[in-house]
Amino acid sequence: MTVLRRLAPRLLDAWAGVALLYLFTPIFVIVAFSFNDTGRFNLIWQGFSLDAWKQWTDSEPLTDALTLSIKVAAVSTLAATVLGSLIALALVRHRFTGSGVTNLLLVLPLTTPEVVLGSSLLSLFIDLGVSRGFWTIVVAHTLFCVSYVAVTVKARIRGFDWTLEDAAMDLGAAPLRTFRLVTFPLILPGIVAAALLSFALSIDDFIITFFNSGNEQTFPLYIYAQQRRGLGPEVNVVATLVLVVSFGLSIASVVVQRLRARPA
Amino acid sequence: MPDERHAGAMSDDVIQLERVVKRFGAFVAVENADFAIERGEFFSLLGPSGCGKTTTLRMIAGFEQPSAGRVLLDGVDVSNVPPHKRNVNTVFQQYALFPHMTVFDNIAFGPRSAKVPKAEIDRRVGEILEVVRLGEFWRRSPSQLSGGQQQRVALARALVNYPSALLLDEPLGALDLKLRQALQIELKRIQREVGITFVYVTHDQEEALTMSDRIAVMNKGRVEQIATPRDIYDNPATLFVAGFIGAANLLGGTVVRADGHGGSIALSAGPTVEAVLEPSLALKSGDTVTVMVRPDRIRLAGPALGDAQAPRIAGRVETLVFHGPLLRVDIRTASGSIVSAHLGTDVAIADLRPGDDAALTWDPTHSVVIPDYKADPVSGIGATEGIEST
Repeated sequence: MTVLRRLAPRLLDAWAGVALLYLFTPIFVIVAFSFNDTGRFNLIWQGFSLDAWKQWTDSEPLTDALTLSIKVAAVSTLAATVLGSLIALALVRHRFTGSGVTNLLLVLPLTTPEVVLGSSLLSLFIDLGVSRGFWTIVVAHTLFCVSYVAVTVKARIRGFDWTLEDAAMDLGAAPLRTFRLVTFPLILPGIVAAALLSFALSIDDFIITFFNSGNEQTFPLYIYAQQRRGLGPEVNVVATLVLVVSFGLSIASVVVQRLRARPA
Repeated sequence: MPDERHAGAMSDDVIQLERVVKRFGAFVAVENADFAIERGEFFSLLGPSGCGKTTTLRMIAGFEQPSAGRVLLDGVDVSNVPPHKRNVNTVFQQYALFPHMTVFDNIAFGPRSAKVPKAEIDRRVGEILEVVRLGEFWRRSPSQLSGGQQQRVALARALVNYPSALLLDEPLGALDLKLRQALQIELKRIQREVGITFVYVTHDQEEALTMSDRIAVMNKGRVEQIATPRDIYDNPATLFVAGFIGAANLLGGTVVRADGHGGSIALSAGPTVEAVLEPSLALKSGDTVTVMVRPDRIRLAGPALGDAQAPRIAGRVETLVFHGPLLRVDIRTASGSIVSAHLGTDVAIADLRPGDDAALTWDPTHSVVIPDYKADPVSGIGATEGIEST
């Protein structure tokens, strides 16, 4: 018994280590292979090189695809964050006719298979005679991001102390001023978290985009297209960059929260 | 014109409630509240949870609209005026300080909303910080303050607006006993210093008795009595008030003689006692009543009969409890009722033991007669006999 009791924490640590290794191995491989000294086929380790890092911007189709992805993500994140946050606020703050149905419908895009969502959107665009391109991608991304934002913001503001709004109004602030000075600053962290999630989802999306992109090529579509002809290490460079940026953002958010919590 | 009575120069009422009713669906939260609060008064709304006291306060603040009746502030009907346009401020139960603002910004929030010039804001915030004795804390955030300090920030944040009245919703409820008692005195000092009307919601009868100029006791949405603390304690108008405030012996009985101001009542606990019968109660022989006697007004009766007029109840000592400043003696009468006395510890009762025979007596003027038609039909307090203590 005592041996097991003493051993149990060690075993647990070891198990956690294995799990982490499993999670991170692909990421290590991606980062490592961005330094591979190779040409078109980046499958076997050939030796260390910084060439890919020096030249990754040379490939115009790659940078074009990346730029498009960032543009799409920026526009759809903005739209989805505004819409989704307002939906979340309305759902948490008020009980209105149809709020139950709205709650249910919100989750629907999250649970619908992407293939179904993508193809039905495509048939809708064709029916309406909309030619596919930048804006159809934005509409498609906004569609599923709104749900993610609304659900995330809703979860984050569930514990919000609404008497703070009463207090602000009691102190003479009209409803808009109350929102601007009290409600909004306090729910902002939740909104920012939702926006980051939405941005990541948009950058990452393949299936829905594939149906609705027309002749445009986002970064995931570019990788898919290139794969048949061989993926060079510059793709690993971009993947590593995305990784570094998102990791940097998470660290920054933790640091900011620590600083805020610290006594002035 | 009914409002001329209120708007006239004679009255100095800050807040008036005129037959105010508040319903939530079929539930009546406040039933026909009709009273006025004077300028500079410390007025408490006292009652158990769910009695409608907080709803009443929220109607004064503007967070709820009355279903019927009117709320007047400084003589003006504000029944449908939103909270940000009313010149009253609230201290919330959990303080509701803005967590993302410093103490200074919290307090300056009201004046800034009212577009007070910056120099004036600085002066007023500095001044009020001195009043609540938090001068050096202005740069802190609320999370860096203790509960008592947060409470004082909430108070300062409300007072800095020079409201017509300050509304306090159980402001000390979240604090421990010692701090609560210190802050009761502190609140009273601040109220005297700023001279603003305080409307204070509490379920703690001791708090209300300690601090208030007048108390409105509420039960199930109804105001049962409005009076000074002394009056509420000495002359409770209803059985609910008698039982809710302080400890009370509630002895059932029947009027056997009633003439003018006096009369006698046959207690079911035994003796027939003389008592003062208020003419306004219009009691006659045969009416059933409850006689309320505070335990602290009851003494041990000596073996010899003293004043023949004084009531005397004999029984067997059931419990003897030493409470520090007082000694509680419960005796059980032959009819089974318990009568409780709070004796000073200077009383020599060293030889009294549970099971001994003893007799209790009190000054007949300390009997308060409450007719049974004023019994609470719902809670049934009127039906119980014996001690009610809180």
